[in-house]
Amino acid sequence: MVKINGKEEDAAGISVAQYLENLGCDAGRVAVEINEEILPKKEYAATILKENDSVEIVRFVGGG
Amino acid sequence: MNDRPAKAQWYRALEEKQGKAEQQKIAAASVAVCGCGGLGSNIAVNLARAGVGRLILIDFDKVELGNMHRQQYKFDQIGEYKAEALKANLGEIAPYVDVVAHVVRLDEENVLSLIDDADIVCEAFDRAENKAMLVNTVLEQRPRKYIVAASGMAGDGPANEIRSRRLGKRFYLCGDGHSDVEDENCLLPSRVQLCAAHQAHAVLRIILEQFDV
Repeated sequence: MVKINGKEEDAAGISVAQYLENLGCDAGRVAVEINEEILPKKEYAATILKENDSVEIVRFVGGG
Repeated sequence: MNDRPAKAQWYRALEEKQGKAEQQKIAAASVAVCGCGGLGSNIAVNLARAGVGRLILIDFDKVELGNMHRQQYKFDQIGEYKAEALKANLGEIAPYVDVVAHVVRLDEENVLSLIDDADIVCEAFDRAENKAMLVNTVLEQRPRKYIVAASGMAGDGPANEIRSRRLGKRFYLCGDGHSDVEDENCLLPSRVQLCAAHQAHAVLRIILEQFDV
């Protein structure tokens, strides 16, 4: 299982880019951290989620 | 006009309120405020009052009438560049803070040179794409800096939904996480200020080496 935003999900084996697409998430509005390290945008497609990864996906909303 | 107290007197007054060792750390800090709207102008006023040594203000926009209900400007400043108007206002509030104003639109090309003097970067933009760009660029390319960002402060939701989270070693996020200004039909000054205060407080705690939230 992969921990994504605090919830255990059966997401091991898919790429970060695919996971974001499945969510319907605009990659231009997110920041992704894996195990407390930022994941560079250019690595979204090649980074495969692994068992026991802890992932934070921040979907920014407007306002400020 | 009364005689203006000297810098040393102001620092002593701040030491009485904030503690001597704490004040020395705050005075030695340099913070970049990216965006001088509802979040950024309120963050900057908080940090200037606390005696942060150096503030770098970055915004390309001008003050408008619609900004007045939540941003730290005056009616007579409508039409002025926000970064410059805010610098002038901070000069009245806390004249011994070293304030640098950049009237420029931040992008991936210029951001690193503009924030390079800062220990901590505050993301205080309006648009989600710009927020994401700044957070990603700083965390990817300047891994020794801290970034304190915001997401979700529109609407009339409860104050206590606004919170601070630490999402990485150097990444803090404030806000309710979901109230998008595009979807909400109101934007209240108090709720925006709550989020700005969370950000300013996170900055001060980082300066004081209190890294939890």
